[in-house]
Amino acid sequence: MHSIEVKNLRKEFGNFVAVNDISFNVNSGDIFGFLGANGAGKTTAIKMMCGILAPTSGDALVHGFSIAKDPSNVKLNIGYMSQRFSLYNDLSVVENINFFGGVYGLSGKDLEKRKDWVLEIANLKNEEKVLTGSLPGGIKQRLALGTAVIHKPKIVFLDEPTSGVDPLSRRAFWELIQNLSSEGVTVLVTTHYLEEAEYCNDIILMDAGEIIANGSSKVMKEKYLKNDILEIECSDVIAGLEILEKQNFVEETSIFGNNIHISINKNLKELNQINTLLKSSHNIDVIRVQKIVPTLEDVFIHLLEKRRNAK
Amino acid sequence: MLNRIIAISRKEVKQLLRDKRMMFVLFFFPVFLLIIFGYAVNFDVQNVRLAVQDNDHTETSRDLIKTISSSSYFQIVEYYDNDKRGKEILDEGIAKGLMIIPTDFEKNIFSAKEEVKVQILLDGVDGNSAAIIQNYSIAAITSFNKKLNKNASNKIGIKLEAPINLQSRFWFNPQLQTTIYMLPGLIALILIVTAVITVSLSLVREKERGTIEQINVSSLTIFELLLGKLFPYVIISYINAAIILLAGYILFGVVVMGSYWLLFVSTFLFLFASTAIGIFISVVSDSQQVAFTIATFASLLPATILSGFIFPIESMPVIIQWLTNVTPAKFFIIALRGIIIKGVGLSAFWDQWIYMFLFATFFMLISVVKYQQSLKKL
Repeated sequence: MHSIEVKNLRKEFGNFVAVNDISFNVNSGDIFGFLGANGAGKTTAIKMMCGILAPTSGDALVHGFSIAKDPSNVKLNIGYMSQRFSLYNDLSVVENINFFGGVYGLSGKDLEKRKDWVLEIANLKNEEKVLTGSLPGGIKQRLALGTAVIHKPKIVFLDEPTSGVDPLSRRAFWELIQNLSSEGVTVLVTTHYLEEAEYCNDIILMDAGEIIANGSSKVMKEKYLKNDILEIECSDVIAGLEILEKQNFVEETSIFGNNIHISINKNLKELNQINTLLKSSHNIDVIRVQKIVPTLEDVFIHLLEKRRNAK
Repeated sequence: MLNRIIAISRKEVKQLLRDKRMMFVLFFFPVFLLIIFGYAVNFDVQNVRLAVQDNDHTETSRDLIKTISSSSYFQIVEYYDNDKRGKEILDEGIAKGLMIIPTDFEKNIFSAKEEVKVQILLDGVDGNSAAIIQNYSIAAITSFNKKLNKNASNKIGIKLEAPINLQSRFWFNPQLQTTIYMLPGLIALILIVTAVITVSLSLVREKERGTIEQINVSSLTIFELLLGKLFPYVIISYINAAIILLAGYILFGVVVMGSYWLLFVSTFLFLFASTAIGIFISVVSDSQQVAFTIATFASLLPATILSGFIFPIESMPVIIQWLTNVTPAKFFIIALRGIIIKGVGLSAFWDQWIYMFLFATFFMLISVVKYQQSLKKL
């Protein structure tokens, strides 16, 4: 059963099309990744799915309720954690939990139970009275997630939940997301960190308001990246990149840290060709040439460049 | 529904209690304003400085001077003897007025052949005070005339009285104290300023910090949100009103003549209208700075100038009179003056209740419409 069904969803702001007729489905209990550059339309799409922004046309069924016709029923069944930290910094931890519990109509024993649960997942037992503003970033995000699902929604939308959080806290945060998913909660999450997308069952990639790729991380790599990827470590990355760009065996180039990634076609007979080329013509020392398993980042750079070039 | 409203009110109170500056402003501001207005804004004219040029130097002229200076309205600061000095006195502001008694003053009174003139020259820069001083001097001269007539008629043994004897009394405010007249306006001013500013800031703060998104996405309705937010500020405003009434009693001896029940309901309607303005401002502005500026202008200026607080509405041009309806303080002040000063019943000001209610409903409705429009443009 689909937990979210998006059908030709569109949002215009004046002449600007923020979301351009997107359609996709999300399975119940999945972790669904929503990827794309800044301004790709992710946040706008999420706000529409949460029922706080009316679509220009199209519709989405969220837990069976239409976001266009029945946004208040949509709101009852979802949790939302926005890009900006949205708890009250000037309230204590427990006051924040009480407030959001109250807003979602919890009281008495139910509220106490959920309060314990939130404190536990945020690692804030015995620190209930601390002012939320003074908590470290990672803990704040866990608390925000806890309060966003305090009413046990079936679906939770997380808009860049881990931006600005250290790697260790990010990992811990993703464990929480996986726990939610294993309890049957559908999680739709946007992120900039492509390695995080590997945690997702399904991914869509958005660019300029349109979906340009979808599928699982594995499917994406197979479907969209038909060429092999080589990683080259050499003494002069910039010069090396310029030379390689011109070769007929190279389809695409990009820089990864101190290395060059190139996607190659069948014009390349053997890897040693590269060593000789760089050394003989431009005196660049090649330290390593290696065929690698492509990352999602390779896929996305490939897709986005293809689109830019087409334009 | 009630649970959710209570959750918001509790949160609002906790945030407020933690905001020491806001608390200080909320509770210090009213008393501060009351003291400023109560003591500084005063139209009562007393101890007017007067200089006297007595060209007659007779028993009767000295008697007139004594009559005038013995009241608390005038204080003789100088006796002088030429016109040049008189001009100096007015120019330099040594006195507010000059009284000039002509030569042969006594002689002419008793010979009764010529009309006797006493001149009062007034510094007319402050027209209002000058008019009041003029009235005082006329009253003083009238009573002096009476005294003279009585003496004269007693001498010849007949009883001569003026045919009509005017007996005027000021009801409700017998001493014509400005403070009594001002207190209702002051209550309105303080309540509207605190209510509009605090309410508009409290909502815009949520927008600015992004916490409004979390509230929008919950199933909370706009009415629950607004009601929950308003409740604490209504309570605070009632406390403020009580503080002002108490301070008014202690400092200026103002007592509420009418029913506290009517006072309570009038205040409620007024707060409803004021907070509706605050909500409207918070819906149309995006930052606390903008909200604060608009709120200050929208509440303070009309409530001071157009409400009838200081300047009587009846003496304004018709267009301005029409414009006075932009502030609910106008309606509230009419009701308050009725309750506090006159002690009258609802029949005297029931229409003001209706105006306040309509005012509040109007602003609430356009706020909700505007808010829903803004959701489409997030």
